[in-house]
Amino acid sequence: MFSAKITTSIWPRLVWKKRGVEGRRAKYGYIFALPWIIGLLLFYAYPLLSSIYYSFANYNVVSPAEWVGFNNYKELFNDPLFWTGIKNTFYYAFFAVPISVVLGVSLALLLNMPIRCRSFFRTVFFIPTLVPVVATAIIWQWLLNPQFGLINYLLETLGISGPPWFGSPKWSKPSLILMAQWGIGNSDIIYLAGLQDISKDYDDAARVDGASGLRKVWHITLPLLTPVIFFNMIMGIINALQVFTLPYALTYGTGNPANSLLFYSMYLYNNAFLYMKMGYASAMAWILFAVIMAITLLLFRSSGRWVYYHGDQ
Amino acid sequence: MNIIKKKYPILLTYIVLIVVGAVFLLPFIWMVSTSLKPDTQLFISPPVWIPNPIAWGNYYHAVTVVPFFTYMKNTLIVASLATAGAVISTPLVGYSLARIKWKGRELLFIITLAVMMIPSQVTMVPLFIIFSKLNMVGTFLPLILPSCFGVPFFIFLMRQFFKQLPKDLEDAARIDGCSEFGIYFRIMFPLVQPAILTVALFQFMSSWNDFIGPLIYLNEEAKYTLQLGLQQFKQAYNTIWNQLMAASVLVALPIILLYFFVQKSFIQGITFGGVKG
Repeated sequence: MFSAKITTSIWPRLVWKKRGVEGRRAKYGYIFALPWIIGLLLFYAYPLLSSIYYSFANYNVVSPAEWVGFNNYKELFNDPLFWTGIKNTFYYAFFAVPISVVLGVSLALLLNMPIRCRSFFRTVFFIPTLVPVVATAIIWQWLLNPQFGLINYLLETLGISGPPWFGSPKWSKPSLILMAQWGIGNSDIIYLAGLQDISKDYDDAARVDGASGLRKVWHITLPLLTPVIFFNMIMGIINALQVFTLPYALTYGTGNPANSLLFYSMYLYNNAFLYMKMGYASAMAWILFAVIMAITLLLFRSSGRWVYYHGDQ
Repeated sequence: MNIIKKKYPILLTYIVLIVVGAVFLLPFIWMVSTSLKPDTQLFISPPVWIPNPIAWGNYYHAVTVVPFFTYMKNTLIVASLATAGAVISTPLVGYSLARIKWKGRELLFIITLAVMMIPSQVTMVPLFIIFSKLNMVGTFLPLILPSCFGVPFFIFLMRQFFKQLPKDLEDAARIDGCSEFGIYFRIMFPLVQPAILTVALFQFMSSWNDFIGPLIYLNEEAKYTLQLGLQQFKQAYNTIWNQLMAASVLVALPIILLYFFVQKSFIQGITFGGVKG
């Protein structure tokens, strides 16, 4: 039903003789697009440009902005919390994204088997993504409560003494990564849609050639799914590098214990709205933007080697 | 023999799905169970699964200890106005990008795609400065206005939808003397209802679940949305788990119910862009 392919249509050239109608219509094109043109200027273009300016200035909203050149950037590189934020964020992205890709693809493959109650299972995996983040934080803090939590009780019955989870700097990030897997349902739906898009012909051909289930998955299904895996991976990395709400809700913005949950965007938020260092926060935002762009570009470059685009030679 | 070979993977699939499914459902079950427990059954081992007696009072406390219904009202105001804004603006722009030829159209489309790449952190600070200069900090306007001027992802979605409609329709209408606005409102707009429903749903949900927006812009409790109110509740009563769970159930429930009514629009919105992109 959907086709997200970006193609320029050819009909304007074919009907150029009707320029009268098209010419008259052009006016309406502008009128209809006007809200968005204003919105772009107001909520994107102007903020983007002024953000560049602020990143080279000291500004606390109350007194006028003062140009300081590269000072904010220099100060950032000597700010230990800036590096803590980067380290925590990379740690989180490095583990959370691959785990969610492997888990998401495996689940989608299982859901794609000829089973009954498929939509029931799909709903089970999807519903957690609908739970608002603050509620998610509350639920998991209770589940992972070191003393009275259900998880540690269940571990105890298995003879394992449970870790302190969010109580210790060593375990807090793994806990968050574990928690984040609860929200896997979103990407799972995309994987599943991708799987259902794969033509049945491949399946039949594989069966004729006598390929067994797992070999078929490894040699046929997964390569054909790589564009979808690539999409989810990119989105996952972009989101992981901006992770904010969950750790903020868990720690009220402190990033405790011992700053182990102080992620880059949280420190950025604190600088802007707690310490009112708007310039400093803007410099942080541009560094984040640059890092995200660089990683995305690198991934796109690598994609030629492992992403299989159907029909592409 | 053959049947066994065929059935075996299916059986295994069921077992894995049921186990993993149970793990995914566990937090929900525990949330509901905790929300109905009397204080005395919270911290005992082995844990109680089915509370006895059932403490419905937790729900009463959850909505009276904090002004829950004020939060709910605020959230509904923000979410419905932002949704109305998005539903009016984005189809207009999508239509213009898809079906009217004008100079600069392709450029605007490329810019629309490009701005989706900008992390919100970059524009967050200048936007706050703009809204504070306009004296709008502390009001709902910063949470509503941006979507009234268009949301890039929704514009993209609407454009793809409008592109699929046959051209004969508008030609016929034009011959019948229908104005450009008439063509849009009477012919085109009704034909993209499914896409509009998806836009409405996603805008409503993102406003309902928004945390950082209210966190930045709303500074007095009477204006708090549910997410902010829940966070406040959590901070103030962080060991009263049964009431916290009751409040969480109440905040999560409307969206979950919504899902069961418009499941198809949900799936459409999520898979759009991810597949065939």
